[in-house]
Amino acid sequence: MSDIKSRVVSIIIDKLGVEEAEVTTEASFTNDLGADSLDTVELIMEFEKEFNIAIPDDQAENIQTVGQAVSYITEHAK
Amino acid sequence: MELKRVVVTGLGALTPIGNTVEEYWNALLSGKSGAAPIKQFDASKFKTQFACEIKNFDVNDFIDRKDARKLDQFSQYAMVSATEAMVDSQLLESNPNRDRIGVIWGSGIGGLKTLQDEHEDFMNGDGTPKFNPFFIPKMIVDIAAGHISIKYGLRGPNYATVSACASSTNAIIDAFNLIRLGKADAIVTGGSEAAVTIMGVGGFNGLRALSMRNDSPETASRPFDKDRDGFVLGEGAGALILEDYDHAIKRGAKIYAEVAGGGMSSDAYHITAPHPDGIGARNVMIEALKDAELQPEDVDYINVHGTSTPLGDIAEPKAIKHVFGEHSYKLNISSTKSMTGHLLGAAGAIEAIACILAVKHDIVPPTINHFTDDPEIDNKMNFTFNKAQKRKVDVALSNTFGFGGHNTSAIFKKLK
Repeated sequence: MSDIKSRVVSIIIDKLGVEEAEVTTEASFTNDLGADSLDTVELIMEFEKEFNIAIPDDQAENIQTVGQAVSYITEHAK
Repeated sequence: MELKRVVVTGLGALTPIGNTVEEYWNALLSGKSGAAPIKQFDASKFKTQFACEIKNFDVNDFIDRKDARKLDQFSQYAMVSATEAMVDSQLLESNPNRDRIGVIWGSGIGGLKTLQDEHEDFMNGDGTPKFNPFFIPKMIVDIAAGHISIKYGLRGPNYATVSACASSTNAIIDAFNLIRLGKADAIVTGGSEAAVTIMGVGGFNGLRALSMRNDSPETASRPFDKDRDGFVLGEGAGALILEDYDHAIKRGAKIYAEVAGGGMSSDAYHITAPHPDGIGARNVMIEALKDAELQPEDVDYINVHGTSTPLGDIAEPKAIKHVFGEHSYKLNISSTKSMTGHLLGAAGAIEAIACILAVKHDIVPPTINHFTDDPEIDNKMNFTFNKAQKRKVDVALSNTFGFGGHNTSAIFKKLK
């Protein structure tokens, strides 16, 4: 697992209280991992903090799965 | 319109001297102090370095980690005590109409630690606001009532009462009134507080309200003692299930006591100091007695507000003497804050529980830490100093008074 992916996965486990096995690349935060809209906002904020990036709201709307989060961060992390 | 009778059918307590109702009651009777050096933060530079904190408590034993994270401590305490009371009452086992079950929950401050943490994060950043989406819904004072209703699907009246240290007695009185008016069949009520934080202790120290007896925390809360020097901050929660008498009988519920009446008044005098003659305290007890259709002579036990502050502990006995006359020498008085510390918005709830159990078991918990009589207090009154006293308790009255001049009294009596 890439460094970015493992950090993303551990944030999700921590914030959503899910098991690591559930956090697959395709898993959707809301449909598969039990997040509501506030949880999703919090996740995005945690990614911003962890990777020192700013994710604009219109981009954040497109980050709905674990895989989408990892790709976005890989592309934008310094 | 005929008012309905209201009874108590469930209790829950999470206190500095016991984490269940049973532990709490046993600790009250044995005269245990809950005060100790503060563990939740480094208080070494504070004027007061001790408090009555909850002990041996891991929220994850009660609430899923993911859910607990979204609750301020005052809501966590609320959930734990409300759950104990719900289980105790077996209310939901009778498959009641949940549209007619409400939650009215008091807290003096609400999510103080959440506010403190979020503000600290912001001040430590570069000025870009990055507030957690759960910040506001964690902090607001009404949210505990919301969480309790969500957990149990209770769709009746739902709100918070805020009147500083009278908050949860106001909650109990409101619950009582709504049920007797027929607006609900049952209400989960009580209150919780979690202010043993940097801002809580620092703020009350700033007010010069707290005892500074750092060399002897367990004797610091000494209501009515000559050398009292302020209250000891406590934290925790108390929960009561109040229920329409007919509803409770129909489902075969266990009944602890009947709620006899409630009184409310204001000092209209000063933001933090009590009226020196206890005018508000007099009026509120008179109102409660009137509401309960009882005479002063009917009252066996008064659980006083008695916070161990220099002024309050003089004004309240004066008010009792005014209202109860000669009978004030016959009834028992005690301040259980000598053991629990002052739970602010949760004080009324845990002290109502002390009254209800005194009525149930015919025994009065003590005012511990009495060493020296105060000549300004009439010590012919029986303050139940240092040891619990057995006596018939048919009627018990609980006083709570809050900053702002809010006064509340609730009366509980044996079910007859």
